[in-house]
Amino acid sequence: MPLSAVDNLEAESADREYVWTLNFGPQHPATHTTLRLVLTLDGERVINAVPYIGYLHSGFEKLGEHLDFNQYVTIVDRMNYLSPLANEIAWHHAVEKLLNIELTPRCKYLRTILAELMRMHDHLLNLGTTALDLGGFTAFLYFFQQREHIYDIVEMASGQRFHTSYTRVGGVLFDVNTDWVNSVRKFIREFPKVYEDVNRLLTKNRIFVDRTKSIGYLSPEDAVNFGASGPMARASGIERDLRRDEPYLAYADFDFDVICSKGGDCYSRYLVRMRELLESLKIIEQAIENIPSGPVNIAVDSDMVLPAKPSVYRSIEGLIQHFEVIMPNKGYEVPREQVYAATESPNGELGFFIVGNAETRAYRARTRPPSLIHFSMFPHMIKNHQLSDVVAVLGSLNIIAAELDR
Amino acid sequence: MVELSVLQQKFGSELVESTFRENRRIDVPAAKLFEMLSCLKSEHGFNTLIDLTAVDLLEYEGATDRFTVVYILLDIFGGERLIVRTAVNLPDPTLPSVYSLWRSCDWLEREVYDMFGIVFDGHPDLRRLLMPEEFVAFPLRKDYPLKGRGERHNFPVITRSGS
Repeated sequence: MPLSAVDNLEAESADREYVWTLNFGPQHPATHTTLRLVLTLDGERVINAVPYIGYLHSGFEKLGEHLDFNQYVTIVDRMNYLSPLANEIAWHHAVEKLLNIELTPRCKYLRTILAELMRMHDHLLNLGTTALDLGGFTAFLYFFQQREHIYDIVEMASGQRFHTSYTRVGGVLFDVNTDWVNSVRKFIREFPKVYEDVNRLLTKNRIFVDRTKSIGYLSPEDAVNFGASGPMARASGIERDLRRDEPYLAYADFDFDVICSKGGDCYSRYLVRMRELLESLKIIEQAIENIPSGPVNIAVDSDMVLPAKPSVYRSIEGLIQHFEVIMPNKGYEVPREQVYAATESPNGELGFFIVGNAETRAYRARTRPPSLIHFSMFPHMIKNHQLSDVVAVLGSLNIIAAELDR
Repeated sequence: MVELSVLQQKFGSELVESTFRENRRIDVPAAKLFEMLSCLKSEHGFNTLIDLTAVDLLEYEGATDRFTVVYILLDIFGGERLIVRTAVNLPDPTLPSVYSLWRSCDWLEREVYDMFGIVFDGHPDLRRLLMPEEFVAFPLRKDYPLKGRGERHNFPVITRSGS
């Protein structure tokens, strides 16, 4: 419903006696995670929504001040658990900026491929669950099966399906092999068919379009002022993508489009995410065929990276280096400086603000969580919508409570 | 790109500029903070507040102030970034709220208040964001222990018979 038509209703309905309050969450299937909304309703119309968060707050940022740069990766993993590797890449991107480390070309390509796989991983679940909340179960299952393939690919690379803890300062845990490359190629071949299936199921589906079109409108001015980023901003017509505007990793080498839409509603956000799947696929396709050979970690004689396991077990130099890096206060020099570095995570701009204090751990490890910024717009976006639109808007915001609360 | 000298003319010569790994930072005294931020927004196109956070400098070597509050600004169309930092001290860590400039500061200021106890004057709804309302400490301060001070044991519990 357009907002202007009901603006004058708002003033009078606030003191009507039949305005009632609905507690939505903290445990509700449509919130997908633990968050709570207190909705003030006039019949089925939402007059006001007050979000309460913090149910999953577990002090990640405090932990980041007590764990070293490599250990903390296991925690950032658990922030946005729909795209764990994207968080790791963002974290080590910031750490490497602080330490002034230039990655090897192979590592850059590898991380780019993984980051894009994670973008697909995130969008697949988000699109699937949006459809699920609006009554379309099939699309969810189709997409979830594709996520399973991404899990397998990630498992082949890192040994873990979900919380991989795969990146390290200056590189990654293990190198990948030809089998892995082939499994990514297989995924690239098979994905477009499933994409087409879901595209046919949802994009012109009358029920789905009716439930999402002109729902949860975010104007371009609001998107800028509220700090929207990622698909949220792009669906409101803000042409901004850190992969193109501030290229990091190997993104400058690839040809891809920044997907934008002018609608600003839930349907536009759905369309943007759908098309981004194909753009990600395009990037992966270009990267996987051109992945450079060579070492995956930066120079072995550098005292910043963990040496490869064979060299730890078989040579005294490797063992000493391993010891130096692992032991506190024996490792590398960290500048007494502050640095902010951001990456384009699936959800938006995921940045880390790190303060170094000449220790191998961060003095302050601030996360700039896109979910938090996006969820703070929710009361603004849901006003004067119907109760059933709450799940549609929540779904299109893609709130991950673990990232929201950290 | 906004020139430091232009800002210095308006807001005094105490402004200090530094650059580290392409991050451009300007330190500003707390008294001039709001004026400068609103000038940056209206005249220099910094239309987005990307992040607002604080650092407790209690254990930081060579630090003279207790907290640094960090505003990370972005010109979303031009792509220029700028970090504005200011210092606040106990016993009265208060800063003006930038709610009237950028709405994205709403929860960010609440979070900084929640975690560091820095009060933002003029924020319409400055409540705790992540910690429960009964919580009394500020957990991201450096004098707060990692394992907490046992606050959780004193939280009110609603039992089945008492509800």
